[in-house]
Amino acid sequence: MTILFVVLVLGAFFAPYRVLRGPSIPDRVIAVDVISVMFTSLTALMGLRYRLAYLLDLSIALAIVSFVGTLALAKYLEKRSLDD
Amino acid sequence: MTDVLGWLCIIAGVVFNVLGCLGLVRFPDLYNRMQATTKSVTLGTCGILFGIFLMSGFDELGVKALVAVLFVLINLPVASHALARGSLVFGVKMWTKTVRDDFSRDRGEAPAIEEQEQ
Repeated sequence: MTILFVVLVLGAFFAPYRVLRGPSIPDRVIAVDVISVMFTSLTALMGLRYRLAYLLDLSIALAIVSFVGTLALAKYLEKRSLDD
Repeated sequence: MTDVLGWLCIIAGVVFNVLGCLGLVRFPDLYNRMQATTKSVTLGTCGILFGIFLMSGFDELGVKALVAVLFVLINLPVASHALARGSLVFGVKMWTKTVRDDFSRDRGEAPAIEEQEQ
C-alpha cells in the first residue's frame, strides 16, 4: 500500500515539469488537469487505507472542480488567438 | 476473491497513471501529450476507484467510489476534447511528422502542421 502511494506521488512529480516548461498555454492547462486527477486517485487510495469515506467526497469534488476549470480555460482559448 | 481482483485493479490503475504522467513529459507535441495523458490517466483513475469499490463492496466507501468513477469517466474526456479544440483554434501547431489535419480542412484553412526545420 505504501509502495503504491510512493509510486503515485513520484508519477505526479513528472507533471510540474510540463507546467514550468510547456511551450504553450494548453500544455500547462493539461498538466494542471493531470495533477488534479492524480490527486483525485491519491485521496481515493487514502480513503481506502484509513477507511475514511469523506476522502472520497474530496476526490469527487476535485474531479468536478478540475473539469469546470479546464472547460472554462478551453472556451477562453477558443475566443482568443495566438497573435494578440 | 474480490479482494484479489480489487488489488489487481488498483495496481493496474497506478501503473497506468504513472505511465500517463511519463507520456506528459516524453511525447513531442500538445496533441500527442493530451491523448497519452487523458486516455491512460482516465483508465488508471477509474481502475483505482473501481478497485476500491471491489474491495469494500456496497458500503459508504464503495458507493462513493462508483459515483467518482462516473464523474471521472464523463468529465475527463469531455474536458480534454474541449481543450484540444480550443487549442487548435488558438493556433497551436501539430508535430512536423503529422500526416493529416481534418479539422482545419473542414474549416477551410491550411493544415496546422509545423514546418520541417532544415
